[in-house]
Amino acid sequence: MKDGPPIQLMRLKGLMRKEAVQILRDPSSLGIAFILPLVLLLIFGYGVSLDAEHVPLAVVAEQPTPQTAAFAAGFARSRYFAPRAYSEIEPAEKALRHGEVEGIVWLRGDFSRKLLAGEVPDIGVFVNGVDANTGRIIEGYLQGMWNNWQGQLAASRGRPYHFPVELEQRVWFNPGLRSRDFLVPGLIAVIMTLLGALLTALVVAREWERGTMEALLVTPVRVPEILLGKLVPYFLLGMGGLLFSVAMAVWLFAVPLRGSLWLLLAASALFLLTALGMGLLISTVARNQFVAGQVAIIVTFLPAFILSGFIFDINSMPVPIQLLTHIIPARYYVAILQTVFLAGNIWPVVLPNGLALLVMGAFFLTMVRRRTSKRL
Amino acid sequence: MWRRIIALTKKEFLALLKDKRSRFVVIVPPLVQLLIFSYAATFDLNRIPYAVYNEDAGFASRQLLARFVGSANFELAGGVDREGQIPSLIDSKKVMMVLHLGPHFTRDLLLGRSAPLQLIVDGRNSNTAAVLVGYVRSIVTDFNESWAETHGLPISPARLEMRSWFNPNLESRWFIVPGIVGLLTLVVTLIVTSLSVAREREGGTFDQLLVTPLRPLEILLGKVLPGFIIGTGEGSFIILMAVLWFHVPLRGSLPALYAGLFLFLLSAIGVGLMISSIAVTQQQGLLGAFLFLVPAVVLSGFATPIANMPAFIQHLTLLDPLRYFLLVIRGVFLQGDSFGLLWPQYWPMALIGLVNLAAAGWLFRHRLY
Repeated sequence: MKDGPPIQLMRLKGLMRKEAVQILRDPSSLGIAFILPLVLLLIFGYGVSLDAEHVPLAVVAEQPTPQTAAFAAGFARSRYFAPRAYSEIEPAEKALRHGEVEGIVWLRGDFSRKLLAGEVPDIGVFVNGVDANTGRIIEGYLQGMWNNWQGQLAASRGRPYHFPVELEQRVWFNPGLRSRDFLVPGLIAVIMTLLGALLTALVVAREWERGTMEALLVTPVRVPEILLGKLVPYFLLGMGGLLFSVAMAVWLFAVPLRGSLWLLLAASALFLLTALGMGLLISTVARNQFVAGQVAIIVTFLPAFILSGFIFDINSMPVPIQLLTHIIPARYYVAILQTVFLAGNIWPVVLPNGLALLVMGAFFLTMVRRRTSKRL
Repeated sequence: MWRRIIALTKKEFLALLKDKRSRFVVIVPPLVQLLIFSYAATFDLNRIPYAVYNEDAGFASRQLLARFVGSANFELAGGVDREGQIPSLIDSKKVMMVLHLGPHFTRDLLLGRSAPLQLIVDGRNSNTAAVLVGYVRSIVTDFNESWAETHGLPISPARLEMRSWFNPNLESRWFIVPGIVGLLTLVVTLIVTSLSVAREREGGTFDQLLVTPLRPLEILLGKVLPGFIIGTGEGSFIILMAVLWFHVPLRGSLPALYAGLFLFLLSAIGVGLMISSIAVTQQQGLLGAFLFLVPAVVLSGFATPIANMPAFIQHLTLLDPLRYFLLVIRGVFLQGDSFGLLWPQYWPMALIGLVNLAAAGWLFRHRLY
């Protein structure tokens, strides 16, 4: 082997140009970088929401009276519920079973009589628990409505009622609890994972499969040059996709960006290198587009979706699973994104997570370097 | 005809399973993911780290705080002596909430005034924040009730009996695990089918296949059967695990469940083959699989309810086969649904499957380059 610097600019330029031409010739790479984020952000941004509103609710008043009307009026005013009046319990139960309503509030025939007589009537509340999270949210809404009603009833009797302990909640960073504000930054992490891995997962495998890798190996080109030649064009493409996603998050979805854009970009560059490194590693190890594609589907999207803290809280997972999430790069990136978007430049969050990304990126790229040799 | 189809199916299986890595990829990861995701994907909160800033020296504040210490949902992670310490605790995610009780908490309570309990929550994850506020509210409500009882305050004018149907303890896992059956079955089926035609086109063997006596329908069936066999096998295994390992109640009829699985596989294979026959290269096939898979999962109602989506996205979900299958599988598992209730989910899956398969079969001959 000839001596000389491991990287020669001219050769590197040539390789990068070849890769760029390949990107431009096959529209699917450009599609991954720009169409994919566009489509996904639009669908996710509008489609993923945990805010239940206008929940269809059956309100059963077996004997309509002014008291039951006053109780039911609260639901009609609320934006959380879309009440439907029933006069018997059976049809309401059937509606709940068929999924036409999500819950039932049941005021029995003796509701008004007991209430006026100073006895304590029972109000039955049934919620469809199949979707446990929504079920719990609906129960929370119902509890709130119920507290309001108690207050109003006491006031109308001239004996204002107050609770011994009054809960005053202050939600920082997202006082309106808009789920979109936390989901969109997380989505950027999911999209960047897909983008990085998809862009590179097939590029090395394709060269092996077509035999062009062997052709490349007999040229004076060095391994670091081959890898950089692959990495740089896709990195630039990926950063383009990222800027595009951030612009959409801020201008289309009105997510506040409280931290600095530069910090966001730096963290994203680190993450993109990690994701590209992961894709290159898959591609290098698989040497076969079919297998590389299968692996990319399995190790990127679902772990980034479920194990990154993007939607499910990592703290609440069982301890072994929590440990496992540490090998998912998206986990660190999600933490940084959610903090930089909603809270600001908070170094105690950004630094450890950024460091973790740095370590993972270096690990993947070193592994790629080691698994690519000039021998067959 | 069947002999030829079986021969082609055998060849597909060989192509899929002869390579050790490829065999591994189809069989092992879905099973590992089932275990990991089923434990990971939960909206229930455990061990929420919190801190207390208690300026009150009285007994009532201690009584209230004891209820938090006694709850499995919360884990005390620190105390606060000054208001100024709160931001750094929350910002750095050391705690998710801080409870603040003022200096007159016990006195106010004893005098019959309202005593405020201030709750400061990290809202970066709005869903966690909402669930957490709900937990705190229920502890406070319980405390208020027992305080009112022991101190002769007026009790509330009516009683609320809350019950949730089909899932009495509102366990997320009962909702998520059946969803994972659909999710992983879709992933496996797409992996098996979406690259199968593209690979042959790229390798040039598809042209050879077209000039054999095999008719397009036979080629189609030969490509469909492996997906079916693998999908049914893995689907059944995951269903078995859901019942035996995760103890999700299976209340409805198995035939209704399998009718749903069959139609779902039909639609997933249809979409996979359709993508595969449009794609010229495997990279395009992979991109197509992702472009279908990701929205199909997100819009299916797997993690976030379809009812929360805006109207036009809700219409879009009607094209998503996973949406229907999730309704079937959750209906059969938790609600004990039978055939009669599930027709509205069956026929759209059949339609999606047949349309896509027909299109894929047509594309076999009409896309030649």
